[in-house]
Amino acid sequence: MAVRKSAPVINNIPYEEFNDNATLEKLIDELNAGGVSAAVAPLDKLIDWGRSNSLWPLTFATSCCGIEFMAVAAARYDMARFGFEITRNSPRQGDVLLVNGTITTKMAPVVKRLYDQMCDPKYVVAVGGCAISGGPFTKSYHVVKGVDKILPVDVYCPGCPPRPESFLYAMMQLQRKVRVENFFGTTNRKQKDPYKETIGFGSENYAELLNQQEQA
Amino acid sequence: MSNKINPIVVAPEELHEKLAALKAEGYDFLECLTGCDWEEEGLGVVYSLTKSSTTFEMTHIKCVANDKENPTLPTVSDLWDIANIYEREVYDFYGIIFIGHPDMRRLFLREDWVGFPMRKNDHPEEKNAEIPSTNEEISDTRHKYMIDADGKLVCEDSPVFAEDAYVVNIGPQHPSTHGVLHLRTAIEGERVKQIDPHLGYIHRGIEKLSENMTYPQTLALTDRMDYLGAMQTRHALCMCIEQAMGIEVSPRVQVIRTIMDELQRIDSHILFFSCLCQDLGATTAFLYGFRDREEVLKIFEKTTGGRLIINYNMIGGVAHDLHPDFVKDVKHFINETMPKGLKEYHSIFTGNVIFRNRSIGVGPLSREQVISYGCTGGTGRAAGWHCDLRKHRPYAAYNQVKFNEITYESGDSMDRYMVRLKEIEESCEIIRQLIDNIPEGPIQEKLKPIVKVPEGCYYSAVEGSRGILGVYLESKGDKSPYRLHYRSTGLPLVAALDEACRNYMIADLITIGGTMDYIIPDIDR
Repeated sequence: MAVRKSAPVINNIPYEEFNDNATLEKLIDELNAGGVSAAVAPLDKLIDWGRSNSLWPLTFATSCCGIEFMAVAAARYDMARFGFEITRNSPRQGDVLLVNGTITTKMAPVVKRLYDQMCDPKYVVAVGGCAISGGPFTKSYHVVKGVDKILPVDVYCPGCPPRPESFLYAMMQLQRKVRVENFFGTTNRKQKDPYKETIGFGSENYAELLNQQEQA
Repeated sequence: MSNKINPIVVAPEELHEKLAALKAEGYDFLECLTGCDWEEEGLGVVYSLTKSSTTFEMTHIKCVANDKENPTLPTVSDLWDIANIYEREVYDFYGIIFIGHPDMRRLFLREDWVGFPMRKNDHPEEKNAEIPSTNEEISDTRHKYMIDADGKLVCEDSPVFAEDAYVVNIGPQHPSTHGVLHLRTAIEGERVKQIDPHLGYIHRGIEKLSENMTYPQTLALTDRMDYLGAMQTRHALCMCIEQAMGIEVSPRVQVIRTIMDELQRIDSHILFFSCLCQDLGATTAFLYGFRDREEVLKIFEKTTGGRLIINYNMIGGVAHDLHPDFVKDVKHFINETMPKGLKEYHSIFTGNVIFRNRSIGVGPLSREQVISYGCTGGTGRAAGWHCDLRKHRPYAAYNQVKFNEITYESGDSMDRYMVRLKEIEESCEIIRQLIDNIPEGPIQEKLKPIVKVPEGCYYSAVEGSRGILGVYLESKGDKSPYRLHYRSTGLPLVAALDEACRNYMIADLITIGGTMDYIIPDIDR
């Protein structure tokens, strides 16, 4: 028996008032197509509820939008209301990478590396014009024209810089996405071991390679 | 008042001698060093020198390299410490090799970058089309170029760090570097032995972009450079263009700009306080600071529509007239919010014994050092250098107001912190004198539809939130600038970091960096 996923609910904002519901519905349909077992669906819901209310951002800011991010963290806008208050300085502990500001070509490998270091499930929000498309610097020789050239982006938050309200709105959109996620069997699936097939599990080389990787 | 400059042209052979003579004459502050590509004439540099202790009078020296393909100039990094990093910047953008410079590496761009992007005939996008996916290999070798007996260019290599140095990377992703600054730090135990700042992670090529934009378009980028001095940076560029074109803005605009500059300064200093507290572990003080900062942003927002990026100053005036509530709000802010806030800041943080132990006597810079490094603003004044341009080269409405130039003696972290908190009081005082008598008049002068600056070189500077912010503009009479260079306020501060942190703890690096108060996009531009 399969349980269908329904539209996510955000307190105090009706579903119809959100922008771009079509994309979300498409996502829900795709997830529903696979079908969810009746046993794990309630568990999924519980985990998604917990996750969406404790999205910890990685402290990462390159320019102006970072100052607005600090304003969102401070008393007036207080993102602690939504559970985003604990910004983590280590990518290992962050859930969401907020790309605040311009990404230059010199910075691009660094951002990529930060993203790679984050643990699954991880999300990316492109904040501000620069992170979306290069913004006012799109003609520059040293600017990446949108962070989606190097990372998969979940939510785009336009503005230069975005107002704190739109910041929170973008984070709520992300919450909605997280709330329809499948947990069992999908997002926490272990990455396939790249050495298992090519070298052969259990051989001497395998242990050595594993060792090397761990040291790196 | 015109800001046109006529640089004295000096041959490369006589350059070092001439600059040394000028330095001995009293022009001992290298305010700005601008590389330029004059196409047929060749590549060269304009040196802007200032009399640091007396009149703040300026002189400009222009020097063009003989060879167009492989240009070389003698270094002046032995005369001024800051010339070291300025010359690296020019090498990075124009490929001018400075003979005798101890450390001729790229400053902003990746070491595998092809070409020199600011040259007029260089097409950086075509040569560097791909976004690099590999981590940057940072070389540990310094290059020193000399001319041997046969007149040939020879390169001497030396290591950046001593062979047994233990080097730790701080940044580029580190919350206490206030952005994406990368400090390669050689340590011995917990003591910092040497810092090699690695810049350019937010180099957006603003100066090159401006060369292909019309004058009103170039204004948009200034706000995004030093976003905590958005008003002042834009003021500097507007003032430079206006004076070059001979436009007189109305007294109303002058007063509005002065008030806005001071509000911006308060905003910046509150943020400085908040971030410093946050870096040192005092989260409550951070929230106090941001609570008061929101009041400034509210005032900005009512009049200009923007919070952080304000886009307010325009060539020949300002974008909008003041909001009807402006006077009331500002008065409330300077008379109620700010004095109460400052009192709280002092009681929660200034007297804190942990902070005092971590800041008094930590990272001092002497007066000679700050002049040699060109550290203006709060860092300079904390070391006892009277470098406030609002006093020494008054612009806008600063000659109508009375205020004190805050200076301290020892130049340590505590003094740098105190200068800024005291400056908030002075800024309130300036606003208090102006807010009741904002003159009537137009907010925007009539301009031709296409702004064209007459041919020539121009230089204007304002006192930004963290130091002297200069704009060097060269025009060929077109609708877009031929060369636009900003004297960054933060670059000298980062250059001086090595000197200030030497032999202090790693934890002190955070205090010193925090009290220097640099903004990374302003350094990298």
